[in-house]
Amino acid sequence: MNAVPMGNESATRITPGNALRPEDIALEVRTGLAKPTEDVAEYALRLGDDGLILAQRLGHWISRGPELEEDVALGNIALDQLGHARSFLTYAGGAWDKTEDDLAYFRREHEFRSAAIFEQPNGDFAATIARQFIVSYYQFELYRRLTESSDATLAAIAAKAVKEVDYHRDHSAQWVLRLAGGTEESRTRMIQGLKQMWPYVAELFQDDELTTRLAETGAAVEPSSLKADFDRLTGEILAEAELEVPDGPAAPGGGRHGRHSENLGYLLAEMQVLAREHPGASW
Amino acid sequence: MEANAPHNADRQAADSQAKDRQDADGQANFDRVIAEDSRIEPKDWMPDAYRKTLLRQISQHAHSEIIGMQPEANWISRAPSLKRKAILMAKVQDEAGHGLYLYSAAETLGQTRDKMMADLIAGKARYSSIFNYPALTWADMGAIGWLVDGAAICNQVPLCRASYGPYGRAMVRVCKEESFHQRQGFEILLELAHGTPEQKHLAQDAVNRWYAPALMMFGPPDDDSPNSRQSMAWNIKRFSNDELRSRFVGMMVEQVRVLGLTLPDSEIRFNEDTKKWEHGPLDWNEFHEVLAGRGPCNAQRLERRREAHDDGAWVREAAAAYAAKQSLKTKEYAA
Repeated sequence: MNAVPMGNESATRITPGNALRPEDIALEVRTGLAKPTEDVAEYALRLGDDGLILAQRLGHWISRGPELEEDVALGNIALDQLGHARSFLTYAGGAWDKTEDDLAYFRREHEFRSAAIFEQPNGDFAATIARQFIVSYYQFELYRRLTESSDATLAAIAAKAVKEVDYHRDHSAQWVLRLAGGTEESRTRMIQGLKQMWPYVAELFQDDELTTRLAETGAAVEPSSLKADFDRLTGEILAEAELEVPDGPAAPGGGRHGRHSENLGYLLAEMQVLAREHPGASW
Repeated sequence: MEANAPHNADRQAADSQAKDRQDADGQANFDRVIAEDSRIEPKDWMPDAYRKTLLRQISQHAHSEIIGMQPEANWISRAPSLKRKAILMAKVQDEAGHGLYLYSAAETLGQTRDKMMADLIAGKARYSSIFNYPALTWADMGAIGWLVDGAAICNQVPLCRASYGPYGRAMVRVCKEESFHQRQGFEILLELAHGTPEQKHLAQDAVNRWYAPALMMFGPPDDDSPNSRQSMAWNIKRFSNDELRSRFVGMMVEQVRVLGLTLPDSEIRFNEDTKKWEHGPLDWNEFHEVLAGRGPCNAQRLERRREAHDDGAWVREAAAAYAAKQSLKTKEYAA
């Protein structure tokens, strides 16, 4: 266990007006107050990559939303996701002497550990909402449990993230209801969006050796243990919207081990291009 | 019918007299409020020309915020560090927020946001010409923040005291956030200017390209600015275009030294007689060309806005239909 001491000296303590920032984690990592085990770092990398890739996707909506209010809302969600990603990546980097930017900008595609749903293209607004609906209900259940992680840094990041993701849940659920109950066109698009994104649900709840080891130490939980709550809560919203849970085969998955869809390469090429033109530069 | 006709004529005459009296009272109250340098509120009587001028100015300002999101949004996906990506996202998001307050302020004058948006997309409404220039490199995120937001602040701080209440109040918040944006832009340039030679070159190149367009943001020279005098008399505008421009140049001269960069203007000087900063000639022909729609990105900016608006039409229709159904349900429940 390499938990952060929870005394007053810890910058990751959660007190009002003292929200956890990636810079605080970087400081703890630098001064040796926090150092993740190899397993925790691998795990933090997964969660960090999920947030980063999603933020990159959502960022595209800013200035392109169907209403100004949605430019603001999707921008906010993107910012929250990016914030979580920065914290997780900073912490993960502590195991390998890497910064958040080393990890975001100088890894190659097969080194990313995000699940496939996060890299799915935005599609139309309904597809984006479908993706967000799945992701926020998953992340809420995950972070809620991680607040009790035996790893104090993971717990601190989750404590901040869970509050934000709760809003993301609300935002996406409201839109699922609105689009399903709006016009014939919006209902058709909502159904199509869910159909498009649902095959990527299964991967989110797959256990593997890493999560099993971490669950044993109490640092993380088995993804499969989140599934029942996810099914129940998303099921309630879908029922209210008079929509069916899409069936059909699950997509192959493999993102946690670096096997991605064709989409990620383009996303990374764009995200990394400038940083890679100037290796070693600071910004 | 016939018997009523004289009656109607009497009533019309009486109505017209009542309206004249109301206008006269309203005008007197308006003049007093302006003379006292106090505030006009949405329900107060105001001259049509005052309403029209404000509506034009506030909606143009809102449109500028919305169109202005585009050149910066282009760099969100490529920001070179995660911290810069977060700052840039937050900034562009702030601009959407500014657009929202300003459209709301304009709505208090009797225009709907839908109508203003339709005018923008149809090319009938103007927005600040500065956003018709392209943001070519990352350093442009610095130069836009430092020069463009800097010029906007010089223009906007006096607007916090504009005589129309909702506008002045919206500007207080806008200005707070803008000054943050300007410091962020300055910091981007500072980091680049102290970085690798290549980064420093990017920074200087961006400052060179944005300097003159930023100076032209204050509008044409005073002797060529027909609307300024009336706006100043109405306490909407507090300082003339040239006055604000000169003040801005003075600020930039100081700050560019700290950056370790230069301004692309060898004629900047402080005039000891007038106690004002002076700058070299600006290409007003270019200004008018861009204003007339012939700038580097006019068509592209409008097209992008139109596309977002059209793509989102089904979403707005769905939200409206859903809201109508919900309110019907509430009514049925209440009955």
